[in-house]
Amino acid sequence: MSLIYPRESLSAYPKHLSPEYKSTVKRSPSKPLILMPHTLSELTGPVYGHDVIQEGDNDLTKQGKGEPLGERIIVHGHVYDEDKRPIPDTLVEIWQANACGRYVHLVDQHPAPLDPNFTGGGRTVTDKNGYYKFITIKPGAYPWGNHHNAWRPNHIHFSVFGHSFLSRLITQMYFPGDYLFPFDPIFNSVPDEQARLRMVSSFDLDNTIPDWALAFRFDIVLRGREATPLDTDKH
Amino acid sequence: MSEIITPSQTVGPYFAYGLTPKGRLKWDPDGTYSWKETIGDNLITPDATGEKIRIEGQIVDGDGKPINDAMLEIWQADAQGRYASPYDSRRPNTQFKGFGRSAVNPNGEFGFSTIKPGSVPGPNGKPQAPHIGFCIYSRGMLRQVYTRLYFADEAANATDQILSLVPADRRDTLIAKKEVQGDTVVYRFNIRVQGDNETVFFDI
Ligand SMILES: [Fe+2]
Repeated sequence: MSLIYPRESLSAYPKHLSPEYKSTVKRSPSKPLILMPHTLSELTGPVYGHDVIQEGDNDLTKQGKGEPLGERIIVHGHVYDEDKRPIPDTLVEIWQANACGRYVHLVDQHPAPLDPNFTGGGRTVTDKNGYYKFITIKPGAYPWGNHHNAWRPNHIHFSVFGHSFLSRLITQMYFPGDYLFPFDPIFNSVPDEQARLRMVSSFDLDNTIPDWALAFRFDIVLRGREATPLDTDKH
Repeated sequence: MSEIITPSQTVGPYFAYGLTPKGRLKWDPDGTYSWKETIGDNLITPDATGEKIRIEGQIVDGDGKPINDAMLEIWQADAQGRYASPYDSRRPNTQFKGFGRSAVNPNGEFGFSTIKPGSVPGPNGKPQAPHIGFCIYSRGMLRQVYTRLYFADEAANATDQILSLVPADRRDTLIAKKEVQGDTVVYRFNIRVQGDNETVFFDI
């Protein structure tokens, strides 16, 4: 089966230049992008299988000598294409701040404590139904220098591959009902409300484990749909 | 009716632990958890055939200042022009994957060790000049930008169908210059995200 990648689907994406997010001003192309046909080079992409995953890589609460502090949560969902077909065996990587809103990264100087039992990195591969699951700690909000009193909503960074170089996605997962949404230029760089909601996980009572952890569902939809005869004729 | 796709968001400044953990010892001296690198900047496998090369470059912003927190990913065919993907029916018979990831150093410099790719089929069945696809991510980029590296010493560049879509006076930004350093063949590929002599990025 071959997939097509219509460009109109990208209307869900932020624009490269989004001046409210100040760092985009000097880091966005100023000349028009060159429209090019998709060739074999774009329609193919790497496959990372279960061989690159180590036991426990999807459990961020088990990477230290003891349990990390914070609210234990399950983050899980499916990876789909635009036709809602599951994407099996695809690599999903995450990284996040700890419960206090601090990253292990050296550059992060937010004066909130590091947690010796939490690094915030995780990875897994979707199963044959496109399903993935992480166990982690709910990340805290953190300040950043974009404007006066700027705080990022709680989020987990996601990196996903899919079928080709065209489906490659790096995004952020947010939590439902975050009071910081209206003030965050990164979240609001996505122009369409329905598209913004794609980045917000839902609270998932059915998969909450009593006496142990809350669950959040985050489904991811990547570029790629089946060619219809009409689409094929256009090329 | 198709589903709305999940929007892209910036990779931010703190991706290193998750995506490019090679330098992690700096912030985890105890090594309490050995976070293995999954995707690195050395693509060469022992069984891969072809010419071993280095790709080196620097990435700068609209003021010409080095971007010190970018990540680059490359995707390429093997020396015979085959992609290690289920969507290429002529799949390679070696371990060569053709995918690499490099963070930059504080000076915005990146590098890959790889094999020079062969020519791959292009539109209308005509061959494309050898090239490598580049995706660039960084703080301040809400979505990745896509470009291609072509090799200065390839005559096929003159007839490449994708290069010919690029205005002639901007094509040069996609051509990596060859430098021989001792035994090593280096192709230099500098990326200017914005401004005069801005690298050509493609709408894909
Ligand atoms: Fe973040």
